[in-house]
Amino acid sequence: MSSRDDILASVRKNLPRVDRPLPEVPLFDENPPASLLEAFKKSLHQMGGIFLDPPASGDTLAPIREKIAGAKIVCSTVPEIAGNRGIAGISAPQDLADVDFAIVRAAFGIVETGSVLLSDTDLHVNAVAYLAQHLIVLLDPADIVVNLHHAYRRPEFRDRHYASFHTGPSATADIEGVLIHGAQGVRSLSILPLARSAGSPTQ
Amino acid sequence: MSTPPAMLHPELLAHDDPDAITRDGQRLDHAEAASKPLQSRPEPQPRGAKVYGNRPIDQAEAAARFIAAPEHEKMHDERLWDLRQKRDREMHGIAEWEELRSLASAIKEHTLSHLDQYLEQFEDNARSHGVHVHWARDAAEHNQIVHGILSDHGAKSLIKSKSMLTEECGFRPYMASVGIEVIETDLGERIQQLDNEDPSHVVVPAVHKLRTDVAEVFSRTIGTDPANSDVHYLAEAQREATRPLILKADAGMTGCNFAVAETGTFVVCTNEGNADLSANVPKLHIASIGIEKIIPRFEHLAVFVRLLSRSALGSPMTQYTSHFRGPRAGGEMHVVLVDNGRSERLGLEEFWTSLKCIRCGACMNTCPVYRRSGGLSYGATYSGPIGLIIDPTFNAHKYSNLPFASTLNGSCSNVCPVKINIHEQIYAWRRELVKRHEVPFAKQAAMKAAGELLSHPAAYRAAITAADTALAHLPRFVIYNGLNAWGRHREVPHPPKETFHSWYQANRGGKQ
Repeated sequence: MSSRDDILASVRKNLPRVDRPLPEVPLFDENPPASLLEAFKKSLHQMGGIFLDPPASGDTLAPIREKIAGAKIVCSTVPEIAGNRGIAGISAPQDLADVDFAIVRAAFGIVETGSVLLSDTDLHVNAVAYLAQHLIVLLDPADIVVNLHHAYRRPEFRDRHYASFHTGPSATADIEGVLIHGAQGVRSLSILPLARSAGSPTQ
Repeated sequence: MSTPPAMLHPELLAHDDPDAITRDGQRLDHAEAASKPLQSRPEPQPRGAKVYGNRPIDQAEAAARFIAAPEHEKMHDERLWDLRQKRDREMHGIAEWEELRSLASAIKEHTLSHLDQYLEQFEDNARSHGVHVHWARDAAEHNQIVHGILSDHGAKSLIKSKSMLTEECGFRPYMASVGIEVIETDLGERIQQLDNEDPSHVVVPAVHKLRTDVAEVFSRTIGTDPANSDVHYLAEAQREATRPLILKADAGMTGCNFAVAETGTFVVCTNEGNADLSANVPKLHIASIGIEKIIPRFEHLAVFVRLLSRSALGSPMTQYTSHFRGPRAGGEMHVVLVDNGRSERLGLEEFWTSLKCIRCGACMNTCPVYRRSGGLSYGATYSGPIGLIIDPTFNAHKYSNLPFASTLNGSCSNVCPVKINIHEQIYAWRRELVKRHEVPFAKQAAMKAAGELLSHPAAYRAAITAADTALAHLPRFVIYNGLNAWGRHREVPHPPKETFHSWYQANRGGKQ
């Protein structure tokens, strides 16, 4: 017998003889916060992320331009802002090792945890979101759901090969509980609320 | 702001907090960060249990050495209790917490009692998206399968994220024996790998080490300044040392927290993003998955993701929760479904629900025995309360002492996010081990004598009176010596002047 058949036979022989129906999971969304965006910002900050407030001037991309002003290599995968390292020309993830800032679009965000979902469709090269020193994410305020129960009803989990919730930056406190940002991945995660432009992919 | 919860060892509180990261005026404590600044004094690190082949692990002996290193013991105790308190804070923020625990338990029990169907569903769906699915009966077969995949690709180096399953399989020693370099990418796990020591905790592998211990390990392995134990310096040095290894690795490996049958997706949770580097930088990604990790659908995943990091670390979510459904363009993805004793455990009437475990470590953080003895004192892959009920299924002789390393206070069961009756299973294992004659003679003889005494009231009363008299008059050296474990590190209670029974006889006796 193959290992597969062996294991399945052993599982069948040992199945607990109990009756356990599969429960329905409620959405637990009875009391949503008054402002999803404000509540998202609070959750994001608790997890070490940075919320970029849109400036009063109306120049929505100014906070990003300010952040990347001194950077040598910026890789943008969004049409709203240009970088100097094109993602289209990348043949191997290793070619992104020297990126200072990566700029990507999130599929959606979650109020409960301040998370954003980044998927292969938006990243083009998945590793860009981990090899860059800093990550900037554009999030359409219309793409925010209240909690994880709503999040897991989204279509991305059924049509993408890779999708990852980023909740703040890479972090560790493995040494005496001292918090470090940038354990292995990005040292900072900044999120700018910005509606999808006509040219960017929609859901 | 409410008053912060009391510390177990207030002397560890640091007066200044130069490492603090703040947002909106608040000190951040997400991930496994301590909720308050702590300080330690250097002290040589106590090592774990002495392992002699198949001989029973003497957990108490190793625990005694850990306790004899007060700086380590206090920091360990404080940090884990802090994680427990952070967990409580998160719990109180979620009105439906208890409902989520009940749902999590019910979903796992349903899945485990239909595990064959869900495993086949997972396999079919994963295959349909181009994932190669392998099955391994045991640790040896797992290691051979992974070795085979690596050989097919000519891979000589492997970067991996932390996985308790690969610890269980003795994966790193096996790979070393066939000449493949394995690099752990989780900071805590990397510290442990460089120090040639096992992880001491399922979530925070180096929690038993002080910063000065890490400075010592890094100074002799990655060339840091031995006199510099600044945590930022140490973490940065490790990042710089590991990154070139990540970039040139031939293959990547991850574990799996949850595997969703309806789509064939597997989910990996980390705080460092190191699983995503391991999976997304090299072309080849291999994931090792215990067969009990399956859940039916995404709506169920929501319940577990909400519970996992909150229970483990008191952080709302891991920094990264990644969903792998298929290989990326130009890449290759393999999963190895591993049994290694799980299907047999499924048939143990009293113990099968231990398979519900999602490896959060909440039971370890709350356990007074674990907090004071350190994870390495258990001499087994799994330590703390969950270890006491899992380890004997691997080797009932070698781990026969472990179910006795518990006060049976039940705190582990109370914090378990999937409602495993851990303390009841610990008790059941004691009974089982006595039945199998795996309990040492001294313990058996003591229990037999106690059993005799407790079943004969007159003899019991005589013994109690005699003991009380003796305790009141014996010199200290007779009571506090190596033979009386209850006299170590604590005062034996003052003996009462008379027993309740004699008081009752004198005052109420004869009255009806």
